[in-house]
Amino acid sequence: MKFIIAVIKPFKLDEVREALSGIGVAGMTVTEVKGFGRQKGQTEIYRGAEYSTNMLPKVKIEIAASDALAALVVETIQAVARTEAIGDGKIFVLDLASATRIRTGETGDTAL
Amino acid sequence: MIRKFVTGVLATAGSLLAATAAFAQDTAVAIAPAAAAAPFVPTAEMVDKGDVAWMLVSSALVLMMSVPALALFYGGLVRAKNMLSVLMQVLTIVCVAALVWFGWGYSMTFTSTGSPWPSLVGGLDKAFLAGVDPTTFAATFSNGVYLPEYVFVIFQMTFACITPALIVGAFAERIRFTPLILFVVAWLTLAYFPIAHMVWYWAGPDFLHAAPTDMGLLWGWGALDFAGGTVVHINAGIAGLVGCLIVGPRIGYKSEPMPPHSLVMTMIGASLLWIGWFGFNAGSGLEANAFGALAFINTLTATAAAGATWAIIEQIVHKRPSLLGAATGVVAGLVAITPAAGFAHPGTAILLGALASGVCFVFVTTVKNKLGYDDSLDVFGVHAVGGIIGAIGTGVVAAPSLGGQGWIDYTAPVATAGEYDLAGQVMTQVWAVGVTVLWTGVVSAALFLALKYTIGLRPSAEVETEGLDIREHGERAYNM
Repeated sequence: MKFIIAVIKPFKLDEVREALSGIGVAGMTVTEVKGFGRQKGQTEIYRGAEYSTNMLPKVKIEIAASDALAALVVETIQAVARTEAIGDGKIFVLDLASATRIRTGETGDTAL
Repeated sequence: MIRKFVTGVLATAGSLLAATAAFAQDTAVAIAPAAAAAPFVPTAEMVDKGDVAWMLVSSALVLMMSVPALALFYGGLVRAKNMLSVLMQVLTIVCVAALVWFGWGYSMTFTSTGSPWPSLVGGLDKAFLAGVDPTTFAATFSNGVYLPEYVFVIFQMTFACITPALIVGAFAERIRFTPLILFVVAWLTLAYFPIAHMVWYWAGPDFLHAAPTDMGLLWGWGALDFAGGTVVHINAGIAGLVGCLIVGPRIGYKSEPMPPHSLVMTMIGASLLWIGWFGFNAGSGLEANAFGALAFINTLTATAAAGATWAIIEQIVHKRPSLLGAATGVVAGLVAITPAAGFAHPGTAILLGALASGVCFVFVTTVKNKLGYDDSLDVFGVHAVGGIIGAIGTGVVAAPSLGGQGWIDYTAPVATAGEYDLAGQVMTQVWAVGVTVLWTGVVSAALFLALKYTIGLRPSAEVETEGLDIREHGERAYNM
């Protein structure tokens, strides 16, 4: 099993969610986050007092997927979340040691 | 400019001090031939119900400028943890100032009897509104036209309410509540009432020729201040600057971000200020007539020009026009047109508003940052600077050669237009500004220092960091 963490632009969330549902992803966890990368922050100016916000709002998606599905998930997110501008985000994939469905106690791929 | 009351009894009493007479000569005050006729007595027939209705509405509009307009304008600009402290300061100052005005403010401002220096400050003969009742009258700017004295007391009360409230923006987010209120009571008594008396007190058009020295010092010099450029804005703006210097900058000033917590509130406040300002400026004519309408349209044109100018400057300098910028420009324009409202042509008002906006922009965005004083909400940068531009500019835009209204010579039994000397008038305006700056600067510094070294002005660092709302007032603006 793989654990996939994707940080994407907030306005792409709905598209990504629909595309992932389409390829059989059964669930995900979404968090509003802030961070920075190569994209520069915004500058806010209030009566001449400048505040540069170097943290930008992003959405973090966490998905647990079977080994078979993981590559397609990454490919789908990459294709859908892409705007070809800096700040589109990143996708990380980790090995996942176990998964347990709390209600039934099922483990492994059947718990996903 | 402006009038005063007069009840028949004390019309011409006292106040013939030689010093005053010397100062009064600029307004071409001749030694009046003591009117041989019986003393003039205003009567109820000289009151126009239209004037009364307009002045009562204007008074309510001016009160709205303080609460909620100024409170929201300032409140939106502070951080969320200090929102209620600003609202509470403004609301309480309004309440306290109204009571002080009833107690001794009106008497100290709009009488001249019982005072050792009648050109500087009034006495206490009308303290607690003694002698004021529905049968007494206040003068307007026209011969034989009077307001019930209560109307005038009310209208001027609302001015005394907003002026000290303006000051709190300079040291917002770092002042203790009780010392602030003590400051306000003392400052009204020692700065606001004397300056308002010096600028606005005079015997009235039907009385001045018989008592040619019965007037405030600056009024006697011929200084023009239609609705309070010196009395309200320079007065409060300088007090604010002195206060922020003595109180010191906020913890974290310049090292941590302090963006406004709700520019929506600030927009609501600025808009209500503009609306209320029609009462402030157009009401200052004291009559529902063409000069009130002139002050009204100038309050529109100057303000519109100032708001647009600030936005344009930001578009050029920062590439993005901000709401806060436009709203600040609007207030700068309102401040600048205040002393000139009843004198300027709507066209020259546009120029005055635009000029004030540009100069205030420089002070707010550049001068403050260079000098490093923490005038948190730009009371000095907008009210003092805009007020000074307006006060001096009034000397220019009032010129009849530029479409202005000139000045009225009230020393004759029937008022007539005076001869306008533009350069001389500008110098008179400069002197009036100088007296105001000096007087309020000294009084404010003395009061702030006295409080600082006795009961203290600032909360502890812990309280300031946590926020004044929860620690000084025991509540939060937003429970979410």
